[in-house]
Amino acid sequence: MNARAISAIVRKDLKVVSQNKGVMLPIILLPLILFVILPWIVTLMPFLGDIFGITADDLNKFQGLINRMGPGVQQELAEFDQYQVFVIYFLVFVMAPLFMILPIMVSSVIAADSFAGEKERKTMEALLYTPTTDRELFVAKLLSGWLAALAVALVGFALYVIMANAAGWSQIGRIFFPNTMWLVLIAWVVPALPGLGLGVMVLVSSRAQGFQDANQIGGVVVLPVVFLAIGQVSGAMSLSVTLLFLLGLIIWLLDGLLIWLGSRSFQRGRMLGA
Amino acid sequence: MNTVIAINQLTRCFKETAAVDQLSLEVHAGEIFGFLGHNGAGKTTTVRLLNGVIEPTSGSMRVLDLDPKMDGPNLRARTGVLTETPSMDERLTAWDNLDIYADLYGVPRADVSKRINELLDEFDLADRAKERVAGYSKGMKQRLALARALLHKPELLFLDEATSGLDPIAAHHVNDLIERMARRENRTVFLCTHNLVEAQKLCDRVAVLEHGRLVALGTPAELTRQYVRRLDVQIEINEEQIEGTLQILRSLPRLVISEPVRTNGALTVTLSGHEAIPDLLEILVHKSVRVYRIAAQEANLEQVYFALHGEEESVQ
Repeated sequence: MNARAISAIVRKDLKVVSQNKGVMLPIILLPLILFVILPWIVTLMPFLGDIFGITADDLNKFQGLINRMGPGVQQELAEFDQYQVFVIYFLVFVMAPLFMILPIMVSSVIAADSFAGEKERKTMEALLYTPTTDRELFVAKLLSGWLAALAVALVGFALYVIMANAAGWSQIGRIFFPNTMWLVLIAWVVPALPGLGLGVMVLVSSRAQGFQDANQIGGVVVLPVVFLAIGQVSGAMSLSVTLLFLLGLIIWLLDGLLIWLGSRSFQRGRMLGA
Repeated sequence: MNTVIAINQLTRCFKETAAVDQLSLEVHAGEIFGFLGHNGAGKTTTVRLLNGVIEPTSGSMRVLDLDPKMDGPNLRARTGVLTETPSMDERLTAWDNLDIYADLYGVPRADVSKRINELLDEFDLADRAKERVAGYSKGMKQRLALARALLHKPELLFLDEATSGLDPIAAHHVNDLIERMARRENRTVFLCTHNLVEAQKLCDRVAVLEHGRLVALGTPAELTRQYVRRLDVQIEINEEQIEGTLQILRSLPRLVISEPVRTNGALTVTLSGHEAIPDLLEILVHKSVRVYRIAAQEANLEQVYFALHGEEESVQ
């Protein structure tokens, strides 16, 4: 493998993406809304009951939801009062599946630009005439999406650590975030997530006409994570360290499968539509 | 003579259609080889095959003594390709484009800046090297694409419609560069074009492709002799013999295929081809006509092209 060529393609893809407002806007806006604005809204909700339409009865029903959660969650929330439980439940447990959307979205948007977008702009052909092998091209294209998604996720996480603790400080009175579950999420699950977006996008891009086309088709990869978030909010499931470990394992295996399939379909000729 | 490209019975099909059909030819070191054909004739597909970007359906090829199918990366390190569209990353600057491709082509890191500066100067882009390519004119983009193809000093250069869409001045500039690369720097140039005037001016030999099949191969002069069936010739003779000569010419319908015209003391006739010249001269001398000068108006590739396509009208 030619590391210099791979790093050149990664550099090129990231530079090109950074100049594309259509790609950069969602990458900046999503973390801003989820990890900066949302924590403040959540912490203010119980105290602005009139504005949000939350009553004491709602908070009691919410306690019922907590009671249905796994013993790990209940144990973690046992020491807090009703308002604190509300804030911690949202900022720690509900936000975890939402956070998972970020690396998938970033990787799939970048992969759509890197594979289908490059084909659409007709810049792929020049790349195919270079001495790089198919495998080097494939690895470079995956790396650019993976690295960017991980970087955005880690920056988003760092931002969220600050924002969640700052927003919750008035109710909790101490640093409560991240907990063990989040550390497993960041160290084990999040690095696997870009592989889903990338793997699906590689398969989609060989058939897609352009960036928008690939992005729309590939967008479905976010759906399982959205279902996970709905499950968590509704109480149908409860994220825990064990569940996240298993989830991470499944995602890593899926990554392997998708990337194996993608590498089989990634051939120079096909990238030209030949 | 070193053979740089050797193609034997090369075929590439897309579904049922043969884009390249049993193509056989050789290209020699240091020559500018013209690859002519209409849009969709198979020129770009051939370039892709010769660089190992796509694989042939059947047949064999050697390029720079390598098999493109097996040694694609090694081969592409020694070839440069200017694609039909410049294929530049327009969101990047000219410098960034060249810097990235210098890494991809393995230009020694210590030489990269010097090489980029040389090429930017050579192609008259140095002043705008730090601007994004999106703001460049088509001619500038084409020159930058040519600079990119030359970054690693390739032995063999493929130029696919190098002057397509350029204004006459920009096209002239690019043609000068092509000629200089071949004549002074001894690079082999494989020039795909449907610009016949350009091919006539630049190419040592040309191949004409039609629906993926090779229909003619040779030097422009050989092809005109072989395929052009009409040749305008001006004959300067003793003025007193003009009337008699007109009678002789009219009696030779096999050689003279149109009514001879008298102009400024000379006769202009259309002959049935190059081979008619010595025959006609022999007859005139035999009939004691004093011929002072006989000048054929050279046929060109355009006429060859239309002769091959069975059309009489000119492009322009």
